[in-house]
Amino acid sequence: MADVHLPRSLVALFPGAPRRVEAHGDTVAEVIADLDAQVPGIRNRLLDAGPSIRTHINVFVSGERATLTTPVPPGAVVHVIPAVSGG
Amino acid sequence: MTERVALLVGTRKGLFVLDGDADRKTWDVRGPLCDGWPIHDAIVDPATGAVLAAGGSNWYGPAVWRSDDLGATWSHSSEGLTYGDDGPKIATVWNVTAGPDAVYAGVEPAGLFRSGDGAVTWQHVEGLTNHPTRPEWQPGNGGLCLHSIVPHPTDTDRVWVGISAVGAFETRDGGATWELRNKGVRADFDPNPEPEFGQCVHKLVMAADGGELLYQQNHCGVYRSANGGRQWEEITKGLPTQFGFPMAAHPRDPKTVWTIPLSEPDQGRFMPDGHAGVYRTNDGGDTWKRSDAGLPKEHAWVAVLREAMAVDRLDPVGVYFGTSTGQLYGSRDEGKTWSIVADNLPAIWSVEAAVVD
Repeated sequence: MADVHLPRSLVALFPGAPRRVEAHGDTVAEVIADLDAQVPGIRNRLLDAGPSIRTHINVFVSGERATLTTPVPPGAVVHVIPAVSGG
Repeated sequence: MTERVALLVGTRKGLFVLDGDADRKTWDVRGPLCDGWPIHDAIVDPATGAVLAAGGSNWYGPAVWRSDDLGATWSHSSEGLTYGDDGPKIATVWNVTAGPDAVYAGVEPAGLFRSGDGAVTWQHVEGLTNHPTRPEWQPGNGGLCLHSIVPHPTDTDRVWVGISAVGAFETRDGGATWELRNKGVRADFDPNPEPEFGQCVHKLVMAADGGELLYQQNHCGVYRSANGGRQWEEITKGLPTQFGFPMAAHPRDPKTVWTIPLSEPDQGRFMPDGHAGVYRTNDGGDTWKRSDAGLPKEHAWVAVLREAMAVDRLDPVGVYFGTSTGQLYGSRDEGKTWSIVADNLPAIWSVEAAVVD
């Protein structure tokens, strides 16, 4: 079970969704799949074709930059953070 | 019940809804909606009354937003809006258009998607992507985008699309196969001045004649076609420039359309001489009449993009356009006189005029 922290701009797209979610999975891909079961549609906001994590989205597992195949140990903290950009 | 107009204004930083009074004189502005996402196009789907707003976030990708209460609450979806894991990534949705039996979305890189459930789920119209010319499609300055979708008003098998800088296509079998519709359209930037494809269509619209009369504003002129795009005839004569982006067709008179010429691509792409003006034809493009009463007469170095002009269906018709610097103008007399509707909006990418009860 991972402790997933989601950004405001993401949860705003899913009325009622919490900023922190407990999600199952041994990898980032599995955690995102479980997130999608809890918040339908959230996978499409995080992942692009490939599948790959969208270019301007960063996922960190226990503080380290992660990919979809990065292992997620039990109790890990997962942060989803949009890249700093804009105008 | 009194009919009133709601203007849906897509901008670089969200959708705005402007609720008009019964006289179309005063407007209440709501927004930014859609969480401030860049919105390329928005409509009211006549089948459901839902507002559909198409766009894409730099962070979260493409989606079509839906509101069943004229913008008070929203959901969004991109379910099925993909070329598959092995295909190119979709950057944004440029156009959303309602047909008689479906809603269509045009995306970048160019492709067409269809929804039979009111923009909840989408299916790729593979026939267009499988067109034999696809490997040779080249983007225009704004990207390789499918920006114009023109469903036949009654024949659900027929749809036209416009792609920059590829040209126009028509399907007559519900999207399974597509034919080029560019004969007679110039491509001055191409060594071959009349290629089969590669024309830079900027906006494709259908007249209210029942399904064969089309108009287009192109990078290289303005055109009409009396036979569903099989042959185009240039109608640029009488306009100050051949360049521009938007075009709007009268909801009842097939010979009346509006366009907004801009200075040539290498000369700024703004209102010529900084003097704002809209051009209207009432004879199918044989002659054009300028109208600028109420518009800025000097230092109006503004541009109007391809989706940023719209008409309502009231009588007289209301005409509206928004600039890429955030001014929104309206006319209650079919474009004869103008007044400003809103100022200081973000860069306006689209305007739609929906009549609501």
